[in-house]
Amino acid sequence: MRRFTDLDRLHDQVLITNDLGEFVIAHASVKRLLQDGLLSPRHARFADLEARGLLHAEGPQGGLAAIAKRTRKAFLREGPSLHIFVVTLRCDHSCQYCQVSRAALNASGKDMSRDHARAAIDRVMESDAPALTVEFQGGEPSLRFDLVREIVEEIELRRSHTQRPIRFTMATTLHLLNVEDLEFCRDHDIHLSTSLDGPEHIHSQQRALPTRDSWKRTIEGLERARSVLGQNGVAALPTITRAALACPEAIVDTYVEHGFSSIFLRPLAPYGFARKTRAALGYSVSEFMPFYERALRHILTLNVKGVRIEETMAAIMLRHIFTPFHSGYMDLRSPAGAGLGTLVYNYDGSVYPSDEARMAAETGDGRFKLGGVNDTLDALLSSDAMKWLAQGAIAEILPDCSECAFVPYCGADPVHHAIVHGDPAAARLGTDFCDRHMSLFQLLFAKIAEREPDSMKTFLSWALSADRTDVKPGWIEQ
Amino acid sequence: MKVAPGLHTHADVSGVDAVRLFKVLSAEEADHGRYAPESILIWDGASQGYAGSIGERADERSVGISVSNIRHPEVIQCGDIIRLRQGGSLVSVLYRRGSPANSLFVTEQCNSLCLMCSQPPRDADDRWRLGELHALIDLIDLDEAQLGVTGGEPTLLREDLATLLGHARRRLPDTHLHVLTNGRLFADEGLADTLTIAAGDQTTWAVPLYGDNASTHDEIVASANAFDETLGGLYQLARRQARVEIRIVLHAMSIPRLQQLASYIYRRMPFVEHVTFMGLEPMGFAKTNRDRLWMDPADYQEPLAEAVHHLASRGMNVSIYNLPLCVLDPQIRPYARASISDWKNRDIPECRSCSVRDICAGFFASAGPAWRSRAVAPINDIRQPELIGGMINGLAR
Repeated sequence: MRRFTDLDRLHDQVLITNDLGEFVIAHASVKRLLQDGLLSPRHARFADLEARGLLHAEGPQGGLAAIAKRTRKAFLREGPSLHIFVVTLRCDHSCQYCQVSRAALNASGKDMSRDHARAAIDRVMESDAPALTVEFQGGEPSLRFDLVREIVEEIELRRSHTQRPIRFTMATTLHLLNVEDLEFCRDHDIHLSTSLDGPEHIHSQQRALPTRDSWKRTIEGLERARSVLGQNGVAALPTITRAALACPEAIVDTYVEHGFSSIFLRPLAPYGFARKTRAALGYSVSEFMPFYERALRHILTLNVKGVRIEETMAAIMLRHIFTPFHSGYMDLRSPAGAGLGTLVYNYDGSVYPSDEARMAAETGDGRFKLGGVNDTLDALLSSDAMKWLAQGAIAEILPDCSECAFVPYCGADPVHHAIVHGDPAAARLGTDFCDRHMSLFQLLFAKIAEREPDSMKTFLSWALSADRTDVKPGWIEQ
Repeated sequence: MKVAPGLHTHADVSGVDAVRLFKVLSAEEADHGRYAPESILIWDGASQGYAGSIGERADERSVGISVSNIRHPEVIQCGDIIRLRQGGSLVSVLYRRGSPANSLFVTEQCNSLCLMCSQPPRDADDRWRLGELHALIDLIDLDEAQLGVTGGEPTLLREDLATLLGHARRRLPDTHLHVLTNGRLFADEGLADTLTIAAGDQTTWAVPLYGDNASTHDEIVASANAFDETLGGLYQLARRQARVEIRIVLHAMSIPRLQQLASYIYRRMPFVEHVTFMGLEPMGFAKTNRDRLWMDPADYQEPLAEAVHHLASRGMNVSIYNLPLCVLDPQIRPYARASISDWKNRDIPECRSCSVRDICAGFFASAGPAWRSRAVAPINDIRQPELIGGMINGLAR
């Protein structure tokens, strides 16, 4: 199907796309000519539109187009590939923005039992995906590193029959992992991901420890982890609060100074904490975008200077725009990643379709529970909760999305819309999710239309996951 | 088999009773018994037990075939397969040991009429070729790395082509087959099955595509619906997980949308394993249509470099054929391959002092001054050793 969206940042330019993600940026008059069927074969853009299957409303037809579509949606044939274990809800931090996803250090009944862990491993093994990611989360999962070890060892034992690649990741503060734990991570290829909220004053303020030294401990933990796992063994991402909005460059610079090659500038989700906290920490999309633009401009400048730093949100979107492949990012997937791509095994043995869904459950919203770890994968994926979410899982047919030219690069995220707007199939226009992604796509397409060679080279290196010095962009679609 | 200068000579031939193919071997190699004795001519030696002998010291006591007094002895070497005729002196080499360009020329018929065709099709029934090709396959070196299959349009032979490919597959299990086809007939699923099954995994289907839209492609191949049919054929090949190469001939009609074509291949054909950009071969129809086709390669380096980089940066395997290194933008020289077969490769005066002539594609023998780029000049500036290194690595691939 063919879709049009005006490019707000450019005068009289329209983006025209099809379901394969092929696009043309053209003068607004082309939209009218196409809609009226009056575009002449002699028009300068006729051949471009024909070659990208955009001459007709139904979009590209034929077997090759079907192959390209199957390539883009290859995740559909795989089933759940991201399996998240919440091994404990306990955490030593009491971060400002994390109120429901943690419990006190000495709380009881907030750890995953061995039986539940074993049952969850059965679910992991049941899924068909040719490659799996098993992620450990919390709380602070390293409080139960003993259980993490057991799960990893059990999965490796059971994987040995199938040879299927399984990647392990753990989201951790790094503070509590000792060298022996880190060596286990190294030996079992567990990738660590930590929170680094920016310069010291922001980080220590937001990520509160009774000892008020979370920055120092994070940096120490980072050095300790890298000494065992190597420079690339640890990734980091910041949580952007209102306090961070004023200093995008400083946050980016903090990442560069500490040797990270990527930074994921994802805005704070508008839920998961009390209304009062939200007013203090949260912000609108229109407040976020100037921050993001400044950060992106800074990152692009750094790349030209030879500093290798990638903005992950842009990289994901650019991969969807410039390649026939999907990035694997669960939030920008259609059909959605929730349940169909991700399963979360909570500490209490319940199973949720995403991290956001289990957080909603902590606030008393029980609609997202797919079942328990002892239910089969089939039962979980055909649960009433999954059927309900599925109503809002296909972006291409949702109201508003079905007419949006960005939809081939975007996602459905029914959990987000169910939490914030009550309905997984809620009309998307004007939602926080839609505003944010629309604004980012508008920004990126304006940059693409600008064709500034240095930025294009950086964008291509992100889209293709290649070293910038190796990329010769060649011709760029317009 | 393509017949051209450098593959023929005359000799004193006796004892031949029909048009037949023979393998030329040393006595020692003949004794290994890999080829049928009745099809072996012994080079400079006794022919006892074989069809006959060939060379300056051809066995005159032989009761069999004798080929002697060869006018251009350098044309024939051990391992080659030659054709002899009764009562004739012509000796034609149909297979040359060690050449990367050996191919089976299966038909002169074609269902397209490309404006730049170097081998203009003829509508005559030439199924007689099949018998000779089957005989040829039995005599080809068992360790041959690659064998081309060309025409005309080979798939017009339908099941007979499958039989031929199947024969090659069984006799030469380790030889990579490289079939030049416009792909149009693969839209017939039954034929697509028959051909891909017969050819097996070790076969590449090299399909030309000259535009990212029907009007460009159909005009160049002078056939209505060819674009849609070729895409349909490519789809059937992809469904069968066949190995596909896309070939693009560079000329004034394909250059205007060359970058867009590269992008089209990347977007729509993620299964393609090789994309080749080819200089125009000044033979056949290309000569007739020179006015519509000729563009000095010096004038299309920018679009070519953009197309090559577009594909290569995106992880696709890219080659440039049939263009001398000196006319190429230095950035894309690493993608150049020394592709022009030995019988087409002729040095010109500029090449004599060039330091990279040994790794260069060179020129087509038929290229007169009217087909020569103004950019032709010796390359003696080795201040960019990494580039030369790249070229050598590229050639080794």
